[in-house]
Amino acid sequence: MIPELGQFALVLAVGLCLIQGVLPLWGAAVRNADWVAVARPAAAGQFVFVAIAFAILMQAFLSNDFSVAYVARNSNTALPTMYKVAAVWGAHEGSLLLWSLVLAGWTVAVAVGSRGLPEIFAARVLGVLGLISAGILLFTVATSNPFERLPVPPLDGNDLNPLLQDPALAIHPPMLYIGYVGFAVAFAFAVAALLAGRLDREWARWTRPWTTWAWMFLTMGIALGSWWAYYELGWGGWWFWDPVENASFMPWLLGTALIHSLAVTEKRGLFKSWTLLLAIGTFSLSLLGTFLVRSGVLVSVHAFAADPARGVFILMLLGSITGTALVLYAVRARNMVAEGGFHAVSREVALLLNNVFLVGATAAVLFGTLYPLFLDALGAGKISVGPPFFEIVFLIPMLPLLFLLGLGMHTAWRTMQATTLLRMVRIPALVAVLVGLIVPWLWFDRLSVLSAVGIVSGCWVVAASLRDPIALWRSQRRLPRGQWGMIVAHCGLGLFVLGVTVTSAYNIEIDESIRPGESLEIGSYELGFRGLRNVEGPNYRAVEGEFELRRDGTLVTVLAPQKRVYNVQTSPMTEASIDSAWSRDVFVALGDSLGDGAWSVRLQYKPMIRFIWFGALVMALGGLLATTDRRYRNATAPKPSPATDTLEDAA
Amino acid sequence: MWRYLIPVLLFAGLVAFFARGLQLDPSYVPSPLIGKPIPEFTLPTLADPNVSLSDRDLRGELSLLNVWATWCVGCRQEHGYLVELAAQSGLPIYGLNWKDDTDAARRWLQQLGDPYRVTAVDADGRIAIDFGVYGAPETFLVDADGTILFKHLSPLTAEVWQREFLPRIAQAAGQ
Repeated sequence: MIPELGQFALVLAVGLCLIQGVLPLWGAAVRNADWVAVARPAAAGQFVFVAIAFAILMQAFLSNDFSVAYVARNSNTALPTMYKVAAVWGAHEGSLLLWSLVLAGWTVAVAVGSRGLPEIFAARVLGVLGLISAGILLFTVATSNPFERLPVPPLDGNDLNPLLQDPALAIHPPMLYIGYVGFAVAFAFAVAALLAGRLDREWARWTRPWTTWAWMFLTMGIALGSWWAYYELGWGGWWFWDPVENASFMPWLLGTALIHSLAVTEKRGLFKSWTLLLAIGTFSLSLLGTFLVRSGVLVSVHAFAADPARGVFILMLLGSITGTALVLYAVRARNMVAEGGFHAVSREVALLLNNVFLVGATAAVLFGTLYPLFLDALGAGKISVGPPFFEIVFLIPMLPLLFLLGLGMHTAWRTMQATTLLRMVRIPALVAVLVGLIVPWLWFDRLSVLSAVGIVSGCWVVAASLRDPIALWRSQRRLPRGQWGMIVAHCGLGLFVLGVTVTSAYNIEIDESIRPGESLEIGSYELGFRGLRNVEGPNYRAVEGEFELRRDGTLVTVLAPQKRVYNVQTSPMTEASIDSAWSRDVFVALGDSLGDGAWSVRLQYKPMIRFIWFGALVMALGGLLATTDRRYRNATAPKPSPATDTLEDAA
Repeated sequence: MWRYLIPVLLFAGLVAFFARGLQLDPSYVPSPLIGKPIPEFTLPTLADPNVSLSDRDLRGELSLLNVWATWCVGCRQEHGYLVELAAQSGLPIYGLNWKDDTDAARRWLQQLGDPYRVTAVDADGRIAIDFGVYGAPETFLVDADGTILFKHLSPLTAEVWQREFLPRIAQAAGQ
């Protein structure tokens, strides 16, 4: 009976979303204050019902209710409780429910956070969010009902995919969804501005913190996913340019462009229609990602259930949401006139170039991801596009972006002297070149051209970011928190670039067979194989190797990589064992038994790989600092500004 | 101002492509080679570049030809199953190592197990073109007389094996 209540709650939520979508938008159009006032209660109501549905599904997992088909497919009595919770979003139906819950959460946050905004504007934003929610919930109810029952419940469930039984992956999807679903808020703000037919600098000030919050979560979500792939897939790569990864990376890239473009719109009232287009585009890429992942139009390692009916439904959803917004854009965008011009050496131009490169990079990734599909649809054959393509086309816009970033951070709004700018970045540039060329040469005694370019770029971004804090520290002045956010986020990007370059240039990889008692050398480390033992997990059995990691004869740590076989799904899984320090990881994965006690092992030495995820975390921290800047804390419109709609307009 | 229409037009084109794409099965590949003899080739083997494998070596008994590479994620995914299959089915599996680094390929087999009777190295991918390879992994079922009976794109799984390969193998054996 309880699962049916969950389904009923979902249906009620659809109804409330439709009310939340239709009445306030209509009320805003005809200036009916009663209908406009429906927005907030309806938003709260739909959140409550989606949350009830979600809680019921979670309860079905926790109580091993295998009469629910989704639970039977993705859980098992022996599955640890933490993974029973994570299994709620471990497959298609539950993921969609999580999507809806996250969107409902954002909607409630907007309903609360928009109290200071003009009523009509807030009603439009909530109305747009309501329509999106209604679409996603209808999709869930119509094609992917998580509460479907089995006529004959099995005695035990099929267990969660072993790859997903991991702490990082348990929290990766919620983070990722909070991020890319969060761009719906920027989208709704953009559509509300288009509906009003006007956009002012206040609009950008309201939109910015929401966008940055979403971006911050997406940054952390992607970083977590990459970290998981690194240790769980068992072969030491951290990014594979897989369509599913690209699906979350494209909104990130365009969202980054949006954050920068919003800065220009807020400070200078420029790039208005462009900012709107980016806001629409970023969320559309989130929807596109959902479409690519959930419809099965592309072959991916993250093999999800492919069902043509689902694909058609999401495509219709994507078409109507993005299509409507873009038609509105075509009709209204011409009214969004810039409030002035700009000069060649200025923050405006720096951010314009930032946008050009980021949009270029997004387009390249989008093209590479969809190219196989295009060819297929044209009947021109089937191909797969691999990492070599992405690495090259992605680098082309990224290198100039990194170079300009160091300059752009120090430009002033409106105009400045080129000589002043050059004087400001002289020392960071010198430091970057010296450190970037000398340190790797001393540390690793070799340097290739491409890695030199990468390391110098990374040092350049870090040094340029640190210039202002150092100058300020010496003069004892204070910076606003938003400024700190920018500095920290850019510094994080620099650390990330350093991590990527150093890891790919200097990693050592050894695949050898080894017997107990023998040892292998890697870099300045020595790995001794002590032996093997059998380990019994809650829902798996494993063979565990014991390896002593020594440096100059002293024991650093004991590593214990495993080969697991899960009881139900019987797929062998490699659990790598990693010793990590800030400067390097030593990674051991157990291969196969080769007979006579010999085992193949994969041993990797990865210098500075932690910088990749640490850099991403620092970027997210920068986002947090920026969103908590004082000027957003009371994002209110004290007096109705002349450029925004108010109910009084009609009176 | 027509330029504001550009985004919506581009988007409409994209949606049209997706709509077409949805009607296609990404793992279905029509191969003009099915029912035809395997293309002629002579390639060095992975184990010893001085020894070569040619299309004639594949004749004489029913066999599988698996196109793989160390850079291919799907190949990694199916590899465990291939090892199992090689042991269980008794069917010879030939490997075609496609556009790959041969050292990495040797390490891969050493570490993950070697399901292949022989692996041929197609370093520049020219032979793979003759085979109409779209992307790794691909698995061809080759009859004793060298005819291609079936081709599967994307990782091989027990389910695919049962559904697609076993009936065809039974049919080939019955003739």
